[in-house]
Amino acid sequence: MTRKQRRMVLIGSGLAVLAVAAALVLSALKDSIVFFNSPSDVLEKHVQPGARLRLGGLVKPGSLVRGDNLSVHFEVTDGNHAIPVTYTGILPDLFREGQGVVAEGALDGGGLFRADTVLAKHDENYMPREVADALKKQGHWKDDYQKKTIAAPQGRAQ
Amino acid sequence: MTAEIGHYALVLALALALVQGVVPVWGARVRDAHLMGVAVPTALAQFLFVAIAFAALTACYVRSDFSVINVVENSHSAMPLLYKFTSVWGNHEGSMLLWVLILTFFGALVAALGTNLPETLKANVLAVQSWVAAAFFLFILLTSNPFLRLAEAPMEGRDLNPVLQDIGLAVHPPMLYLGYVGFSITFSFAVAALIDGRIDPAWARWVRPWTLAAWMCLTCGIAMGSFWAYYELGWGGWWFWDPVENASFMPWLAGTALLHSAVVMEKRDALKVWTILLAVIAFSLSLVGTFLVRSGVTVSVHTFANDPTRGVFILAILTIFIGGGLALFAWRAPLLKQGGLFAPISREGALVLNNLFLTTACATVFIGTLYPLALEALTGEKISVGAPFFNSTFGPLMVALLIAVPFGPLLAWKRGDLAGVAQRLSAAFAVGVIGIAATFAYADAKPVLAPFGVGLAFFVMAGALTDIAERTGLFRLSLGTALARAAGLPRSSWGTACAHFGLGVTLLGIVGETGWSAERIVTLKPGDAVSLRHYDLTFDGLAPRDGPNYRELVAKFTVHRGGDVLGVLEPAKRSYPARATTTTEAALMTRGVSQLYLSLGDNNSDGSVAVRIYHKPLVLLIWLGALVMVTGGALSLSDRRLRVGAPKPASRRDVLQPAE
Repeated sequence: MTRKQRRMVLIGSGLAVLAVAAALVLSALKDSIVFFNSPSDVLEKHVQPGARLRLGGLVKPGSLVRGDNLSVHFEVTDGNHAIPVTYTGILPDLFREGQGVVAEGALDGGGLFRADTVLAKHDENYMPREVADALKKQGHWKDDYQKKTIAAPQGRAQ
Repeated sequence: MTAEIGHYALVLALALALVQGVVPVWGARVRDAHLMGVAVPTALAQFLFVAIAFAALTACYVRSDFSVINVVENSHSAMPLLYKFTSVWGNHEGSMLLWVLILTFFGALVAALGTNLPETLKANVLAVQSWVAAAFFLFILLTSNPFLRLAEAPMEGRDLNPVLQDIGLAVHPPMLYLGYVGFSITFSFAVAALIDGRIDPAWARWVRPWTLAAWMCLTCGIAMGSFWAYYELGWGGWWFWDPVENASFMPWLAGTALLHSAVVMEKRDALKVWTILLAVIAFSLSLVGTFLVRSGVTVSVHTFANDPTRGVFILAILTIFIGGGLALFAWRAPLLKQGGLFAPISREGALVLNNLFLTTACATVFIGTLYPLALEALTGEKISVGAPFFNSTFGPLMVALLIAVPFGPLLAWKRGDLAGVAQRLSAAFAVGVIGIAATFAYADAKPVLAPFGVGLAFFVMAGALTDIAERTGLFRLSLGTALARAAGLPRSSWGTACAHFGLGVTLLGIVGETGWSAERIVTLKPGDAVSLRHYDLTFDGLAPRDGPNYRELVAKFTVHRGGDVLGVLEPAKRSYPARATTTTEAALMTRGVSQLYLSLGDNNSDGSVAVRIYHKPLVLLIWLGALVMVTGGALSLSDRRLRVGAPKPASRRDVLQPAE
């Protein structure tokens, strides 16, 4: 093989691998990404039942009900709208009423959000960044969320 | 006074960095030995002053000096002494100080060990290293000064984030930083070569050991971080594809590619331009990692504080160094001479394939990590790209690479014989097939792909052993000859085989954990029993216990198997009053390389408690494999030919080497 042919083989195999990778990435981006929505977004966009999404907001104070076999029921609110959420399992350490939460799952036919993951993943202001942005958009972001918890830690739980 | 000394030392280090960044480059241009010689003492002094600054901050922590804001926010007088040390880097400002400490340490090492480097190359390398240092000194002094005082010192500190109060934190960040920052040396070498417009033979000899050392530290750091997340976060997961984990994984992938292409450059004088590009990319990805973690664009346990000016500052550093590095590459790379020829089927070809897959895999991780940020910036739409994305893009590419791994070391340089290699690998291939068959026969093969994963892991491990067997002539020649050959085999060959074997071990652990993990979540009252796989657990009750700066509620479980008591597990919920937070402390029982994992949920007023029980088969292999890989790196690093400053390859050893 000449130098040129060898180079062509190298370039050809390189392009082939890149093409495969590009195809994988594009198909994965189509299927396996999850959109973040606030309760108002969910209602405005008429999200289809069964479509996976992340629902973020505050756990509505007084809405937390614990059932049998580790099932829990609570509402996620952004101040304007609230969506009922049901989840079975252990809630993260940082889960509290009145504080930020992100639930991942899908709506069922009756408007109930069935979460399979509940995250209380947040920064030092006790607020997931997405939730803080969503609250600001809805005009319910208050400075006292920050002041109340100045020395609060950040942590990850899933 | 201590804090002021530290602050002052840091300013002096900046001044030295500015001198070191300008004078030697000028000296290299005008060929003035005196000007070039400035770089060595300044590099050593720079390290000394940063060490003083770091010691000063450590002293503030150890003495719980609550007049320093940084100490107030991250320490507590009741904290154990070890955590007072580790909390020095358990926060944004301190961790940046650790970053520059390691950066200047490497600079000082080059200055001290580089006696046989050509003058101009050394001057340029140290100058480039100093540019990076100066940028980060400015960053610390202007946006993240750890030495700021409070007008009125409080009586008590706010404590270190409880999840960070762990022995894992003592090791994880320094290791990770040694890796990240270690790539700064290869970056400096690459930029210096581009400035020079030629690649000195000394260049190749120097770059490989540095890459190897950085890669080993990074491997350790990532494995440590993953293990820490596994036992500390209480979710039993060991890899989340979290942006911050990806931030450390991308430099690792690029560094692994660099490691392999550096071999080709050293042995065959080929792939020079590509190696230089990879060196620039590996450090660029380290900087991207620093940006992702330090700027607060992603929220995670690693994000200590969100201050927009810091993000902008790091972004500026990022743009200057990555943009500058790549622009210099585009401008100067065409000057570099082409290297040796090789056929596509050859050791070089295999290493090119390795590079191709590793860089492509790295690119998919890059896309998955940055796409959500880009999309949010462009459209405001918020998305999350999680494990499914990475599993379906990164996974297939890695499988293809892993299949190719055993072939590489067996191929000859220049022109290889694929059929011959396949024949020599037939035993390894058989081991893989037996692995698949045995797994199908004996395990509950519910996950269809898992047996194939086991087979692939066996193939990779057996392939590494085949490599050694072939080189020593084991089974072909008499045992005595084989042993004599084994003794004469270069350590880098042992290193290669060892690292590839470790890769197989890690893969086996990953397949075992993802394929056969069992999980139960139950609510138990004292006296209740629960069973998972072959283990029976009895919940004996809850008891409070006091720690130095926390209180914990400990649940006691007795574990039985077939009537025998195996031991007691004590998972706990800890509450830290200083931060008003609770953490979950998982309890682990190791059985061989598998683990039983218990973590507590909420406890109810009637004395019952929610508990998560996992059985994780082979899980420890994930990290053991990483250790084996690092051992391989260490073996390779100890090879005489690779020793930093070794003037010439040892010719005597070549006598015993098998003909390739």
